Amino acid sequence: MGGRRLLRYVLRRLLQAIPVVLGVVILNFLLLQLAPGDAATVLAGEAGGAPAEYVQALRTRFGLDKPVPVQLAFYVKNILALDLGYSFRNQSPVLPLILARLSATLLLMGTTLGLSLGGGVLLGLLAAVWVRTWKDHVISVAAIIAYAMPLFWIGLMLILLFAIKLDWLPTSGMEDAAAFYEGWERVVDIARHLILPAITLSLFYMALYARLMRATMLEQRGLEYVTTARAKGLTERQITTRHVVRNALMPVVTVAGVQIGGLLGGSVVVESVFAWPGLGQLAFQSLFARDLNLLLGIFFISSCLVVIVNIVVDVVYVLLDPRVRVG
Amino acid sequence: MQGFWQRFLGNPRVALSLLWLFFIVAVAAAAPLLAPTSPFAIVSKPFSPPFGEFLLGTDSLGRSLLAGLIYGARTSLLIAIIATLAAVAFGTLIGSVAGFYGGIIDDVLMRLSEFFQTIPSFIFAIVLVAILSPSADSLVIAIATVSWPPIARVVRGEVMSIKSREFVQAAIVIGQRDVAILVGQVLPNALSPLIVTGSLLVANAILIESALSFLGLGAPNLMSWGFQIGAGRAFLRDAWWLVTVPGVAILLTVLAINLVGEGLNDALNPRLRDL
Repeated sequence: MGGRRLLRYVLRRLLQAIPVVLGVVILNFLLLQLAPGDAATVLAGEAGGAPAEYVQALRTRFGLDKPVPVQLAFYVKNILALDLGYSFRNQSPVLPLILARLSATLLLMGTTLGLSLGGGVLLGLLAAVWVRTWKDHVISVAAIIAYAMPLFWIGLMLILLFAIKLDWLPTSGMEDAAAFYEGWERVVDIARHLILPAITLSLFYMALYARLMRATMLEQRGLEYVTTARAKGLTERQITTRHVVRNALMPVVTVAGVQIGGLLGGSVVVESVFAWPGLGQLAFQSLFARDLNLLLGIFFISSCLVVIVNIVVDVVYVLLDPRVRVG
Repeated sequence: MQGFWQRFLGNPRVALSLLWLFFIVAVAAAAPLLAPTSPFAIVSKPFSPPFGEFLLGTDSLGRSLLAGLIYGARTSLLIAIIATLAAVAFGTLIGSVAGFYGGIIDDVLMRLSEFFQTIPSFIFAIVLVAILSPSADSLVIAIATVSWPPIARVVRGEVMSIKSREFVQAAIVIGQRDVAILVGQVLPNALSPLIVTGSLLVANAILIESALSFLGLGAPNLMSWGFQIGAGRAFLRDAWWLVTVPGVAILLTVLAINLVGEGLNDALNPRLRDL
């Protein structure tokens, strides 16, 4: 496909994303209205002990003395200018607070996405190849169980086994702050801290993708192109690896894109279990500080993140499957 | 219909799951009889080990773990079921209006449900509970608000395909009102996918409720499994059973509901079984 057509496609998807982002801003505004007390005190971070002059200044800046539609216009304007307010708890504007945590969350999400997609596709593939044997049953039962476990509980159980009983891996955090590692040693240290949270967050999605992969593989095997491939003399192995797998991957990639929002939600829980210094842990901390404005900011930025990742997944999809038309 | 019950109950996974669910429901219903003291009552010294005076021991404040589990069953099931019923009611309303009227109404309502499926729903639930302040009501509202879109999409699809069938067209011709057609003719025929999706939503609702309670957003005066795990996590090293046992309760209950949902699906659509 031509680069220019792909660019046009990306631009169109960005345009389609605008209503979603606007919707989140409006939702945030409605949530602010729902909050007990004056919106200005919420914006200032409720129990944060904001000075009265600041609350008054906020009231003017967000037009809180004006009718509701005007307030909404002010709010939308401020958020779209990426002015998410100030967090008195943290003595910092909200946006840099969130951006500072973004890379840790992205690292956790990216690793989880790779691990769950890779593991899920592989397990689903094996289950389909071994269909109705004991190996297939073992994989399917493991998937059903992984599907039913609460994330935070998996995390705590992994900590209990691998960090406390066996003492193989660290219990929490992203790196050993006291060790002052540099270069490769630091990378290895972060990777060791990453293993347990990434596995915790992956298990559910791995189970989901494995089940989906198995189902689509079995469905695809009955289709005509497989009969054709068999008729022209390809071995079963060739049929599976060259044809069936590639077609069965499509629904898995689609579902993976849909699950991004869920993945971010799950990372809130996992990060608070492992004290992983990302957006989720920031959300957890802002809950305790009753810093609702920071929480709303996190909700806004994570929604934007979902929209962006969705676009990326769509582009990957187009690149993988030439039949999808983008014109 | 006999074929359905045979297929459904003849499945050993379903039979076992139903047994466990009946047990949990019975425990939840009889909670005051089984655990005479309040689950928040301090009954003994902290951290007494399991199989002593109290079957599962006591937690960091000396509360009985077993009494907490029994009352936790009540909280988890009640909140999950009420939230699911609310989500099913709202999702059915949105889905049937969208599917029945089509056109621009359908477009708007489906964009709305897509919107709710795009935003990170668990974070949205956290924000909702934090803003409404933690209570059983806010948990139900938050869980229902993030759970209705799948119901709406399922109902819409069913309504659209049933609407074009002859008996619905006949009802339109004889001049029945839209509401009567929807409730009397269309929805009864859309019941089986609705039941399957709804039963899976209960499992999901239990998971959301336990995660919110774990984060400290649960109803403050109700004992719940997620709260027990959250309260026990600081003592994982020395009293691991405080975290492990409530987690097993959640796992078994969610697993049982999922298996029953799948069994329902298999029994209602026998042709799809081989897939």
